[in-house]
Amino acid sequence: MGFPDRIERTLDVAHPPRVVWAAITTAEGLAAWFGQEAEIDLRPGGVARLAWDGGHVAELRVERVEEPSVFGFTWRVDAMPEDDPRRTYVEFTLEPTATGTRLRVVETGFAQLPDEGYRKGFESHTEGWGRELGELVAYLDAA
Amino acid sequence: MPPEQGPDPGPDPESVAEQVFIALADPTRRSILAALAAGGPATATDLADRLPITRQAIAKHLTLLADVGLVTAEPGERRRVRFRLRSAPMQVAQQFLAALARDWDGPLDALTGYLDRAAQRGEGR
Repeated sequence: MGFPDRIERTLDVAHPPRVVWAAITTAEGLAAWFGQEAEIDLRPGGVARLAWDGGHVAELRVERVEEPSVFGFTWRVDAMPEDDPRRTYVEFTLEPTATGTRLRVVETGFAQLPDEGYRKGFESHTEGWGRELGELVAYLDAA
Repeated sequence: MPPEQGPDPGPDPESVAEQVFIALADPTRRSILAALAAGGPATATDLADRLPITRQAIAKHLTLLADVGLVTAEPGERRRVRFRLRSAPMQVAQQFLAALARDWDGPLDALTGYLDRAAQRGEGR
């Protein structure tokens, strides 16, 4: 496999799960280490927004909330077009250890292909654009 | 591990991305793709007028790009074949690049630092 579909990191931190949980699921915590600004509606289907200096914004859709052990969300893939429906899934799992918490982060979904429906929509969109330009030319010629 | 061969496995993202990277590794093909991205569909002759490359070399590269699905051929004016950029494979390659560009190490270091500072503040009270 030349390219990762899955990114995984595990770290041991010297703090109990409830403290780590607050750091990754509250606006105050997220704004302290992830974005520069954060807001979050912590429930499955809720939206979280992270903003960075320079104007970059990420919108997250909360998927799993199992306090204080599992927090999952999906977000768009950076640099993909706005209308691309593909999202990667990020899951944090917290496991208590003798010295604190083992925190695992897994992000999956980088190797998805656009589904057939999306590809059709995409092709028709590009064709439509060519057709619209053709219509503009016809309109200008007629004027 | 390759997935089981189903009735229609569809294109494998890795091979799609590989074709994109092979195409982009060549400076002539990069300039052809860049010209199509910048100026829209064009014939081999149009491209030869714009780029410092012979029409024959451009035609050869366009054939290769069409074979791997990065451009599509379509009928143009005066029965000339026009070539149009196909962005779908680029988006597959872009998604692979996104995996390489995703930085978790920086934010996770920041998380550890934040937790440690918060704990120190708590002890100092």
